[in-house]
Amino acid sequence: MSVVTNTTTIGAIEAPSRRNTELALLAFAVVIPVFAYLNVGLAIDGKVPAGMAGYGLGLALLAGVAHLVVRKWAPYSDPLLLPLATLLNGMGLVLIWRLDQSPRLIAKSINDFGSFSPDAPKQMMYSAIGIAMFVGVLLLLKDHRVLQRYTYISMVTALVLLLLPLVPGLGSPVFGAKIWINIAGFSIQPGEFAKIVLAVFFSGYLMVKRDALALASRRFMGLYLPRGRDLGPILTIWAVSLLILIFENDLGTSLLFFGMFVIMLYVATERTSWIVMGLGMSVAGAVGVASFASHVQARVDAWADPFACAKSVNACDQMTQVLMSFGSGGILGTGLGQGNSDLIGFAANSDFIFATVGEELGLTGVMVFLLFYGLIVERGIRTALAARDPFGKLLAMGLSGAFALQIFVVAGGVMGLIPLTGMTMPFLAYGGSSVIANWALVGILIRISDTARRPAPAPAPSPDAEMTQVVRP
Amino acid sequence: MNKPLRRVAIFCGLLILALLLRDNWLQYVRADELNTHSSNKRVQIERYANQRGNIIVDGKPITGSADSKDPYYKYKRTYTDGPMWAPVTGYASQAYDANQIEKIEDGILTGNDDRLFFDRTLAMFTGEEKKGGDVVTTLSGAAQKAAFEGLGNNTGAVVAIEPKTGKILALASTPSYDPSSFAGYSGKDEKAWVALEKDKSKPKLNRAIREIYPPGSVFKVVTAAAALENGKVSDINAATDTPEGWKIPLSTKPMVNHAKGCANASLKRALDISCNSVFAKLGDDVGVEKMTEMAEKFGFNAEQFTPVRSAASVYDKKADRGGNALSSIGQFNTATTPLQMAMVTAAIANDGKLMKPYMIDQLRAPNLDVIKQNEPEEMSRPVSAQNAQLLQQMMESVVTNGTGGNADLNMDGVKVGGKTGTAQHGDKNAKRPYAWFISYAKTAEGSPVAVAVIVEDSAGTDREDISGGGLAAPIAKAVMKAVMKNNG
Repeated sequence: MSVVTNTTTIGAIEAPSRRNTELALLAFAVVIPVFAYLNVGLAIDGKVPAGMAGYGLGLALLAGVAHLVVRKWAPYSDPLLLPLATLLNGMGLVLIWRLDQSPRLIAKSINDFGSFSPDAPKQMMYSAIGIAMFVGVLLLLKDHRVLQRYTYISMVTALVLLLLPLVPGLGSPVFGAKIWINIAGFSIQPGEFAKIVLAVFFSGYLMVKRDALALASRRFMGLYLPRGRDLGPILTIWAVSLLILIFENDLGTSLLFFGMFVIMLYVATERTSWIVMGLGMSVAGAVGVASFASHVQARVDAWADPFACAKSVNACDQMTQVLMSFGSGGILGTGLGQGNSDLIGFAANSDFIFATVGEELGLTGVMVFLLFYGLIVERGIRTALAARDPFGKLLAMGLSGAFALQIFVVAGGVMGLIPLTGMTMPFLAYGGSSVIANWALVGILIRISDTARRPAPAPAPSPDAEMTQVVRP
Repeated sequence: MNKPLRRVAIFCGLLILALLLRDNWLQYVRADELNTHSSNKRVQIERYANQRGNIIVDGKPITGSADSKDPYYKYKRTYTDGPMWAPVTGYASQAYDANQIEKIEDGILTGNDDRLFFDRTLAMFTGEEKKGGDVVTTLSGAAQKAAFEGLGNNTGAVVAIEPKTGKILALASTPSYDPSSFAGYSGKDEKAWVALEKDKSKPKLNRAIREIYPPGSVFKVVTAAAALENGKVSDINAATDTPEGWKIPLSTKPMVNHAKGCANASLKRALDISCNSVFAKLGDDVGVEKMTEMAEKFGFNAEQFTPVRSAASVYDKKADRGGNALSSIGQFNTATTPLQMAMVTAAIANDGKLMKPYMIDQLRAPNLDVIKQNEPEEMSRPVSAQNAQLLQQMMESVVTNGTGGNADLNMDGVKVGGKTGTAQHGDKNAKRPYAWFISYAKTAEGSPVAVAVIVEDSAGTDREDISGGGLAAPIAKAVMKAVMKNNG
């Protein structure tokens, strides 16, 4: 009988926190990489690798700490983000360790630099710092709206970070792309951090200016065209992106920032005209630069037909190695530890780590990884949808959009869909900046999703409570 | 703000979809093309990832597989007596691919052949290291050694065949090369390769099967066979109607004989002293059509697969009467591989039955199980047994009474038949002629060996001395002797 039989008051329905789901998924996210680690050891040496216990415990410890912090300080957050990031980070560690075992890469390193040091332990350390960053974000950032206060400081910081690689003596070009800086022996990719800081700036700025950008416009051929003076911001970002493309020679970074801005502008204003303009400007910019700047042109050539120039141009040869690595994987791959992706040589475990996935785990493995990344993006956008405040919406969207664009630019680059860039796959690739910045990004998303899914505070008890009794029929 | 958010979500989904589609294109549609691309080192890495199987002669390997102590290729090919065996094995190089047996039987040698699937699976469970299978050849070490040493510093080639089976016993070519010298991929290997490529004496050319030479007088046995088969001659001792200075058809020039006594000589006598006029006239009598038919029955105008591919020997089927007359004495456009002349000799020695020449006896799995056993196979019957015996009588007479005396083995119960040839070539025949010799040995049980020898330009020999009998016959004799000794 569905007849209400008793007097009730209408109260908030307790939302499930999903922390136990997260814990169960985390168990998988730790166990799968441990098995992968075992798999590599058995394939290469034919015995259980000595470091397996240490690796498994380390990963479990990091995941456990992250989980406990989430349980305590962000109990209502999205349950998928942490396990996905942990799994990708764990698999990245396995792949880096696998490439550390390659006699070819060891010989090459000794030949080129006189010594070889494995990258996996360093990456383990970066992962720990990344998790610490994640914990720090959750502990210090009790409410993401605090970031709103730092809108313009963020802008300055982002510009500085983006332009740092151009400072003489500080920037160090790697393979043509100038997106690295060298400080005290550490190589840092400031772009990875700029991604987050810029998202904060765009969110704060657009939240304030969105009405002006959206409403003050003229209608022309079915499109709302903004007023001339409102074009300032998009033109500025466009110019900065072009500068990055020309002087840092990196299509990826340039595309990432401009794309992120256009997406956020569109979401803030709900005006399709911004998208149309944004697309037009990026096409014009890319074509213009590609036809005038010769070094950009070289990259385009290496993309268009790498086999044609493989004999003479190093970048082409590398691209052919990457493509052949993917091709040799086929549908199921050779199995971990049994491929020859180390033929890529330079940056095999960073920029080109996805080729190792392609060769050793095959089409199947690559699609799984792409879907994992897609899932992270999807959870991020879901957070944006659920967020209750416009700043949170914009920030979550900006970070997810930037993440999606980065996946597209990097994976598309190594698979030859678009010209190659110097950015790396988040969590998977070797590199401190990338791992640390992306853990911070996930931290912020988790913070926003916690706020979004947290049940609304119970309404203050009303003095009229007694009056709203449902009278039994 | 939620409507644009949903749209952006769809856009992000499309980005991922584009990546998924691209990946399917790359790893499914283009996988084969990329996997087998010529610049994909994986093919070579796979070839040297395990101990490579061996090529075997007389039960002993003539190849090896050494740990290369190199991070790129685990093993490296080694060769025993590389230059002597190169025309048989070919090469397998980390930098320059492979050829001949090394390439044709690569699947067996690497162990990746489908026929070795069971062995591979078994090895996986027993934990044994994967190994390649062996290729057992039909060659005879003694015959090969005699041939290679007989050629010495001369440029030339020797092919020996066992007539009753078609088994190739010797396949030598000089100057040769050592496939070990560029088996790796280092600077040293590259230097050796480049030097060989540039060498004007073409050491990498397999003269025994890949080069075609004008055969000159040794081709006269084919013309004799055609004359007998087509009934132009029935008694080899009867005089033929051939005037001295017989005019070449469609020409005013007479056919020049280097020997005396060719006027109206019998077929047997004409072969003994190698009369051009008699054979040119016989070829003319038989006609270009029947001459071509006979040559093709012996294997001319077709590539042979031993399984290493040979060049196709040529008998010009479109020659006019004059051309045909010259073709019949092995000049004009007639050209043949040493293998082809060995086949002609073998067919005659085997009483008219031509066996398909082959050099791979069996393929073996790493555990010595035989995967494939090649059996002798009849290719054609160019001449009847009766006519073959007449041809044998004549060729034996060449050795006992004629120009081929240097080939006589002087062994009891062994008959030797042969034919010399001195083929002129070059503009106005100005170049030093090629010295040819074909021969066979025969006992009561049949013929164990037929040989064809060619010696190209020989340094330090006067032009007059370059004759098949002088230069080439002793080599043929040494090879036949080695085979007879081995058998008996």
